[in-house]
Amino acid sequence: MTPQNLSPLLCTIPLLPLAGAAINGFFGRQSSKKAISAVALAFCGLAFFVAVLIAANFSSASAPYSFPLAHWIRSGSFSVDFDFYLDQLSLVMLLVVTGVGFLIHIYSVGYMWDDDGYYRFMSYLNLFMFFMLTLVLAKNYLVMFIGWEGVGLASYLLIGFWFTKDSAAAAGKKAFIVNRIGDFGFLIALFLMIKHFGSLDFTHVFAAVGVLSPEPGGAGTLTAIGLLLMVGAAGKSAQIPLYVWLPDAMEGPTPVSALIHAATMVTAGVYMVARSSAIFERAPMALMVVAIIGTLTALFAATIGIAQTDIKKVLAYSTISQLGYMFMACGVGAFSAGIFHLMTHAFFKGLLFLAAGSVIHGVGGEQDMRKMGGLRTYMPWTFATMGIATLAIAGIPPFAGFWSKDEILWKAYGASPVYWLIGVVTAFITSFYMFRLMYMTFGGEYRGAAGQEAHGHDAHGHDDHGHGHGTPHESPWVMLGPLVVLAALSVVGGFVGYGNHFEHFLAPVFHVGDVIAPETSPEAADRMLEHLLMGVSISVAGLGWLLAYLLYSRRPQLPARIAAGLGGLYQAVVNKYYVDELYALLFIQPVIDGSTTILWHGVDQGVIDASVNESAHAAREVSDSVRHMQSGNLRSYAGWVAAGGAVVIAYMVWMGVR
Amino acid sequence: MVPLSCYLVLSGILFVCGVLGFLIKRNIITIFMSIELMLNGVNLSFVAFAAQWHALSGQVFVFFVMVVAAAEAAVGLAIIIAVYRTRETLNVDRVNLLKL
Repeated sequence: MTPQNLSPLLCTIPLLPLAGAAINGFFGRQSSKKAISAVALAFCGLAFFVAVLIAANFSSASAPYSFPLAHWIRSGSFSVDFDFYLDQLSLVMLLVVTGVGFLIHIYSVGYMWDDDGYYRFMSYLNLFMFFMLTLVLAKNYLVMFIGWEGVGLASYLLIGFWFTKDSAAAAGKKAFIVNRIGDFGFLIALFLMIKHFGSLDFTHVFAAVGVLSPEPGGAGTLTAIGLLLMVGAAGKSAQIPLYVWLPDAMEGPTPVSALIHAATMVTAGVYMVARSSAIFERAPMALMVVAIIGTLTALFAATIGIAQTDIKKVLAYSTISQLGYMFMACGVGAFSAGIFHLMTHAFFKGLLFLAAGSVIHGVGGEQDMRKMGGLRTYMPWTFATMGIATLAIAGIPPFAGFWSKDEILWKAYGASPVYWLIGVVTAFITSFYMFRLMYMTFGGEYRGAAGQEAHGHDAHGHDDHGHGHGTPHESPWVMLGPLVVLAALSVVGGFVGYGNHFEHFLAPVFHVGDVIAPETSPEAADRMLEHLLMGVSISVAGLGWLLAYLLYSRRPQLPARIAAGLGGLYQAVVNKYYVDELYALLFIQPVIDGSTTILWHGVDQGVIDASVNESAHAAREVSDSVRHMQSGNLRSYAGWVAAGGAVVIAYMVWMGVR
Repeated sequence: MVPLSCYLVLSGILFVCGVLGFLIKRNIITIFMSIELMLNGVNLSFVAFAAQWHALSGQVFVFFVMVVAAAEAAVGLAIIIAVYRTRETLNVDRVNLLKL
């Protein structure tokens, strides 16, 4: 195969998982679980295979590839088509999505095997893959938007997978509604693009943008488009102020949390911002907002992560925090660093979630870390792989997270030391809460109710599987396999960034050049500074580890006393700074009150219902008074006829006289 | 020459008498006669106009009305006799059902 004729393969990548989803969705109910697994894995695996095939034959010289599948909208000079598009950026996303997605499909076979909705779950996962790949491979913003909405739908379906549980159904709705707010911004941005550039096609839009010069100050079309795109990205990628849905999304099964709410879907916002780099680079104000939102989110979510006791909630806040890093990178113009972190994050955070799922599976559906502990001896593989992921996310070299996080911090320092400082503080907190999680889960003695029958009996109470548990046990190999592969990737994944290979690979996509980010020329002074900053970030990671070790391994009584000493501050952190309550007070309650009093009682009951009821009532009143005319007496009818005739004649006479 | 208005007033009076008789009386034969009275009130106005405007169509129309009235009287009286034979009354208030 020559690099030139890769294009036709592009359309098969999203369509394969769609076929899998359709087959399982329509026929899964009657099929055996083996057949369902075979279909789901085959179609997803095939997509991965094609992606690898394309990657193997990819040549930067003939990129970008594009493949027109079908016409869609043709209206005057404006047209939108179902076109697929592959460049270096899409290729990275493509490999991450199909690769990590395939591993999580395998894992799900083990994790969800005993669930009644197994076929539904596999079908939804494949459907998610279809939409995510559509998003990644889109050639214009509208097709991207289809994927964007589609992954939201899949996310909703999978968060509310156990829909008989109220909290899961509510979490699904919350995710969907919060995402609507972001999508609203995205849509307006698209309208602005149509108005000003007459096209949604990436190449056209970026070519039109390319001739413009950066907008000074904070005004202009590009700034507006950039800010609105960021609103969309904040919704999808769980950034302040729209991050609130992601922690609740942990109600979904753990493989979903790993695939959608850690590795792939939530990074769609980062991808979109990076894809729109040409726009953002000419809107410094929008870019600054991106950086500030990212930085604040990174710090804010990390601090909440410290005090969470639910193992998945810790990881959820960690995800939000890491996404904040990616936006920080994009915001300082280091898009390739953001995408690099996106990739390594997909490896280690996917791994963390899968390992957490393995832990939850092993202890029979328990998610509270206070009831775990000592699992190191029970589940050595899970411990080892999760340990690697923790080292990676904490930024300990040579694991993947170190490379990407250090790249971001270095670029951030070039933009402003403030970003760097907050980033380093966040790195410290990250390291602390991740090792806290490790010590609470795997260290010490097992604190769960071993040998008791208390676990796993409230059907779907948590991620349980209905079978009772005595002592914790290691997960089957179908689950451990993906863990090991992801652990390997978490170890070596960072080396693609060595010597700026990754950045050079992505450079053609961000062809305008990093106008804002500093040029990392290998001058001696810069080298010195870079190594100094690297040393600082490694040492804060080590400090975080040390602190977690002291507090949660050496002196397990200490954290409770410190928490008591902090009082109100600790309570605020435990309660996630009362943001949910604040939103409920500021937005949700007014909406509900307004809907109840004005829309329900006022408009619906007062106007719509009332007009229907009143017209019926009036008809009845009139009928009641005139029904006496219909007496059945012939002569009274004749009388009415005569009277009517008299009235007509009188009218005509009167008209005649007049 | 009697003015047209006198004929028309007489015609109106006859018609109203017919209407009132139709509404008030209960005997079928009286009602029948009231109908004839109304027809003839109208006939009077027809011929009055015909004489006034020297147009024959009014007079012709009166003949038609008379023919129809005669046919009606024949059929009507036959029905009245049939009704009287079966019900032994000519009070319309008692003859309000087609079925016996």
